[in-house]
Amino acid sequence: MTTVAATGVLRASWLLLAFPVFGAAVLLIGGRFTDKWGHLLGVLMSLASFVYGVIAFFTLLSYNGNRSVDLHMYSWIPVNGFQANIGILLDPLSISFVLLITGVGSLILIYSVGYMAHDAERRRFFGFLNLFIAAMLLLVLSDNYLGLYVGWEGVGLASYLLIGFWQFKPTAAVAAKKAFVVNRVGDAGLTLAIMLMFAEFGTFNFFGFNGSKGVFDLAGSGGTGVASAIGLLLLLGACGKSAQVPLQSWLLDAMEGPTPVSALIHAATMVTAGVYLIVRSNPIFNDAPTAQLAVTVVGAVTLLFGAIIGCAKDDIKKALAGSTMSQIGYMTLAAGLGPAGYVFAIAHLLTHGFFKAGLFLGAGSVMHGMDDEVNMRRYGGLRKFLPITYVTFGLGYLAIIGIPPFSGFFTKDGIIDAAWEKGGTSGWILAACAIIGAGITAFYMSRVMLMTWYGPKRWEENGVLGGAGAHPAGTEPHVPHPHESSLVMTIPMILLAIGSVAAGWFLIVNSRFADFLKPVVGLPPESHGIWTWPGIITLILVVLGVGVAWAIYGRVPVAAVAPRGTAVTHAARADLYGDAFNESVLMRPGQWLTRLSVYFDSRGVDGLVNGLAATIGGSSGRLRRLQSGFVRSYALSMLIGAVLLVAGLLVVRL
Amino acid sequence: MSPAAFIFLAVILFVIGAVGVLVRRNMILIFMSVELMLNACNLAFVSFARLHGNLDGQVVAFFVMVVAAAEVVVGLAILMAIYRARRSASVDDANLLKY
Repeated sequence: MTTVAATGVLRASWLLLAFPVFGAAVLLIGGRFTDKWGHLLGVLMSLASFVYGVIAFFTLLSYNGNRSVDLHMYSWIPVNGFQANIGILLDPLSISFVLLITGVGSLILIYSVGYMAHDAERRRFFGFLNLFIAAMLLLVLSDNYLGLYVGWEGVGLASYLLIGFWQFKPTAAVAAKKAFVVNRVGDAGLTLAIMLMFAEFGTFNFFGFNGSKGVFDLAGSGGTGVASAIGLLLLLGACGKSAQVPLQSWLLDAMEGPTPVSALIHAATMVTAGVYLIVRSNPIFNDAPTAQLAVTVVGAVTLLFGAIIGCAKDDIKKALAGSTMSQIGYMTLAAGLGPAGYVFAIAHLLTHGFFKAGLFLGAGSVMHGMDDEVNMRRYGGLRKFLPITYVTFGLGYLAIIGIPPFSGFFTKDGIIDAAWEKGGTSGWILAACAIIGAGITAFYMSRVMLMTWYGPKRWEENGVLGGAGAHPAGTEPHVPHPHESSLVMTIPMILLAIGSVAAGWFLIVNSRFADFLKPVVGLPPESHGIWTWPGIITLILVVLGVGVAWAIYGRVPVAAVAPRGTAVTHAARADLYGDAFNESVLMRPGQWLTRLSVYFDSRGVDGLVNGLAATIGGSSGRLRRLQSGFVRSYALSMLIGAVLLVAGLLVVRL
Repeated sequence: MSPAAFIFLAVILFVIGAVGVLVRRNMILIFMSVELMLNACNLAFVSFARLHGNLDGQVVAFFVMVVAAAEVVVGLAILMAIYRARRSASVDDANLLKY
């Protein structure tokens, strides 16, 4: 694929970044002066980006043949032999992300206007969200790895700021720090990958331009070893950002942030950046079978990992977070399958952006009506009180478990199919993991559904104490009055629900999306249609999962207090011991190392320095006694000195 | 003319002066000893000037006398000040400036 310089309306594609940057700057620098209208500016800037994104999308569609357009903005670090540019690459892959980020982002921003209405810091919240959108757009639009890295760190910063948005809660502050630190591990991988690229290929650019060559043109020239090394380092980066095993531990804690943040950053967009990274780097991965295998293994392990965690969580947001991990595991698995899977990875990413954002907004709407209660064991029977939320949440639910013709069915089955088609032992194992994962998904999502919306209401008899510090401890338990949210919150949910219903069908049927993405990722092998054997097996397992969930949580009343459960339940409640593992394997030895070096420093280095100082000080104290104040003794020492000098002079002379 | 006798005399005077500075406590006597040392030097200078047949040494001797006179003026003034303050002319009593 060749890239051409931007012309016409696309020459203004820097506007995509400029709108949210402007919004963030005004809101964060303007301070309290912007409190009254700040949220409206935030929404407006995001919508402006979306409108321009739509224009750019249709402009690209009108280009027949070559749909890869590069806009060089400026030279960032122009040093001889080290040319770092800031540039925008508009191609089918990046424009898909632009529409997802600005579209879903705008809906979530509109929702936040209602959700954060009573928060004194709403203006700051919108400033951070605009900052996030700007960084995320830079991440997907940059035409080189260095610009991508800037965006990558930018979304990490925005994620940190937004998880810790309610920093008066110690849990939120700690969760923000944890997310930042874990992401640092992944970022180290991405940094090393970029350095290795520069060392091997001498450039950061994706594609060549004006006769020069880009990383992707040269990917094959370095040999399989180099491609594998770069691929594995990129995978490490993707694991950090996308919460894949072994860097998954931060995502569940990240649910401490406000719910719109969970929806936008920790479900729809930022956590999928790892998948984008892998798919964008497809020319490198295509040359590195080892790295591809590692990607699929990480994806398969994570999709089961997240699904099992999701089964045991009583906190509605954490159950959804486990599900997010699991769904991104599907995408990663697909991204590791090569050209057969890239399209489905991105398609599932887009549909997941719709239905998971919808589910999170639904959860936020429930929490809004239930005084910030998140424990599903204190919900129950809410469908009568929040009918619109119930319907939108239900559509999202049908989409995620993959009931035809909702969107998850098309995209997830595509992934399972692609794994099945891979063949060989690895293909069978991957497909089996994906199919079992689909069954577990159906179980835990039905569990969320049944515990929240069906059964008798469980909040009155338990006396819900207001969550999130709304009421000081010791006050009377008060009964919440669940109510439907306002229009500003329900309309985004309805639009996302429409997306969760139709997006999969729209993208997959007639290979629309595959043809659109073909210039970037290549064409997948001939599809076997919608109904395939693995698809049918999956559907049977899904029905089975729903049935089991109904037997446990629908047929019999849900206990108000979580039962003791089996060893597996305990493990899942403890995030499958991810934190315990990190603590015992990384944190404790790290502390020992720290203590050892502190000991060495205080005893060894400080001992040497302090000892020297004490010796000099002590001897000086004794030497000081020579200053007796008696003039005659000074005269004597002068005389002795003079005699010695003369004697020395004579000895030398003679 | 052999300068040896003059030099011996100069050395003897210098040593007497140096011992005087070291062993006497009275400031006036120390002053006198210092003058003795200076004049021993003068004697040596003049002797060598005579030996070499030029006037450099004589000139230096005059300089030494001028400096010695100036020094005596300042030194005696300090001595008077100390004596007034402490009722003593012993150098061992003026030992405040120490460690």
